[in-house]
Amino acid sequence: MTTATPTVGAGVQPPAPLTRAARVRKRLNSRTATVVSIVLALLWTVPTFGLFVSSFRPEDQIKTTGWWTFFSDPQFTLKNYQDVLFSSGSSGQLASYFINSLAITIPSVLFPIAFASLAAYALAWINFRGRDWLYIGIFALQIVPLQMALVPLLRFFSTGVSVGGIQLLPAWDLVDEQKFAQVWFAHTCFALPFAVYLLHNFISQLPGDLMEAARVDGATHPKIFRTIVLPLITPALAAIGIFQFLWVWNDLLVALIFAGGGDETAPLTVRLAELAGTRGNEWQRLTAGAFVSIVVPLIVFLSLQRYFVRGLLAGSVKG
Amino acid sequence: MEFDFAAEQPKFLMLMYGLIAFVAVVGGLLLLLDVVPTWFARRREAQLVAASASGAPVPRRRKQREGVFAFFFLLPTLLLLTIGLVVPAIRTTLLSFMDARSTNWVGLDNYGWMFAEDSIFRVLINTLIWVLLVPLVASGFGLIYAVLVDRARFESVAKSLIFLPMAISFVGAAIIWKFVYAYRGDEQDQIGLLNQIVVSLGGEPKQWLLESPLNTFLLIVIMVWIQAGFAMVVLSAAIKAIPADIIEAARLDGTTPWQMFWRITMPSIRPALIVVVVTISIATLKVFDIVRTATNGNYDTNVIATEMYNQAFRYGENGQGSALAVFLFVLVLPLVIYQIRNLRKQREG
Repeated sequence: MTTATPTVGAGVQPPAPLTRAARVRKRLNSRTATVVSIVLALLWTVPTFGLFVSSFRPEDQIKTTGWWTFFSDPQFTLKNYQDVLFSSGSSGQLASYFINSLAITIPSVLFPIAFASLAAYALAWINFRGRDWLYIGIFALQIVPLQMALVPLLRFFSTGVSVGGIQLLPAWDLVDEQKFAQVWFAHTCFALPFAVYLLHNFISQLPGDLMEAARVDGATHPKIFRTIVLPLITPALAAIGIFQFLWVWNDLLVALIFAGGGDETAPLTVRLAELAGTRGNEWQRLTAGAFVSIVVPLIVFLSLQRYFVRGLLAGSVKG
Repeated sequence: MEFDFAAEQPKFLMLMYGLIAFVAVVGGLLLLLDVVPTWFARRREAQLVAASASGAPVPRRRKQREGVFAFFFLLPTLLLLTIGLVVPAIRTTLLSFMDARSTNWVGLDNYGWMFAEDSIFRVLINTLIWVLLVPLVASGFGLIYAVLVDRARFESVAKSLIFLPMAISFVGAAIIWKFVYAYRGDEQDQIGLLNQIVVSLGGEPKQWLLESPLNTFLLIVIMVWIQAGFAMVVLSAAIKAIPADIIEAARLDGTTPWQMFWRITMPSIRPALIVVVVTISIATLKVFDIVRTATNGNYDTNVIATEMYNQAFRYGENGQGSALAVFLFVLVLPLVIYQIRNLRKQREG
């Protein structure tokens, strides 16, 4: 609590100390620090920038000269993107995989957030026996690396559940695009402990008077949840939503195991990893392809960075 | 150019089913919890009215059942966690004591195999190198940068650029850096930045990713590149949280920047620094995508998570794969316990 409170609550601080702090900091500003930090920031961006520039260069150029020659000999084309997105078969067809990524990501973000906020509310504001133990139990599940769950969960999907020869639950037997459901399920399970933990942090800090007043007015828990809690925790929902979005969109392992590798279900990451392995020298495809996969999280990230950082700080420092 | 949009339609249909299921489950649950208690309340009201009209004794009010609500609010989460995490984790632990096809008990054989087999021992060593280097370098860089940028102009732009790799997938990052490490023969122009630098300094171009043990360090660079942004953001926030009074007082006393850093900044941000190091360590232990995309674990670059995937899902060695997963869990365990204790201390303090 000691470190993060002033930061997270920066918006509610009275303005006077802020300006004083700013004054102190301004005095400390130094030209060297500015130059060094900007140079480092640019260096940090060079690899991404090189990929970006290359993705617009013609194939023979990419393969024979470095991307920095672009500035002395600029040649620009969109053919790489056209090829990698739409040409069929082994050369890319990333448009298909892009749709898969979307189809995987949207439900995989919605389900855990909804379930986790319900659970977090119950753990914070409904009195029942064993509440604290349950919360600690869910919290502790964060330590289980998802590698621990992969083999049995895959068997759960493919053969169902049977105890002593009696089939309790049937196999899911999903084909093609139906396999999305497996991926949604897996992502939802794996996201829940962290999501419950983060949302519980926010929900438990809502003012108790508010809940009490609503209860006195005869509001039931679902009503309080819908009309009071949900609107108040929107920033937290946004933060966890961005987290989960980036996590699912960028995930390789879960998709590799539960989605399969075909163009019916596999997301961009799986396809790109495959291209990097089998066509490691086809830089015209890899550069454009990598950028296709990067662009969506980049937009989300840049436009919602504030929420993301707030969630990051709340999740990792505050506790 | 023959992209067939019609072929994509089943996916959208499936996505729609998913969304419908979402609305049905979540909406249905809330509706159920809203309607049923109201119905009971109505019935009770009617009973009361009837009782008062007939002059019979008023039925006693039953205790409010909070537990029922809690049960339904928690139901989806508990169900999914049980099916998706708790039971599988227990089963994986059991599988790690069984053979490849999970039919016979083999005791500790799979664990013995881990340390006896040279290639697997190499995997463990690599993982150790990763987990020693990445948290140290990434946090170190993040800390230095956070201190620097605190005194610099254009702060937010510079921070965004360092933080940007956080949004890029590990797969994307691996491709970006493979391009930096790309190799072409001596006599040709280099297309990889690293080889170009080496050549322009008069060196020989190298196939960087094939040269063990250098390649492991080059992969570690990728992870550092991603995680440094995370470290920087958290530490920068901690630095900004140091009260201005203290900084000003120190300045009036004539402290040098060096003293300022060691006497004031470091002690104030210590808790945040520990959290950063531990968080990055946990992420590093589980690193999978970078190694798989960049080298597929070849040329002596394998780590535990990739080897676990190979054993369980490529070679069908469920026992050995499970043993590796359990080993990973055991490695992560002390870190997470330390993290939790730390967080609780911060909370109380």
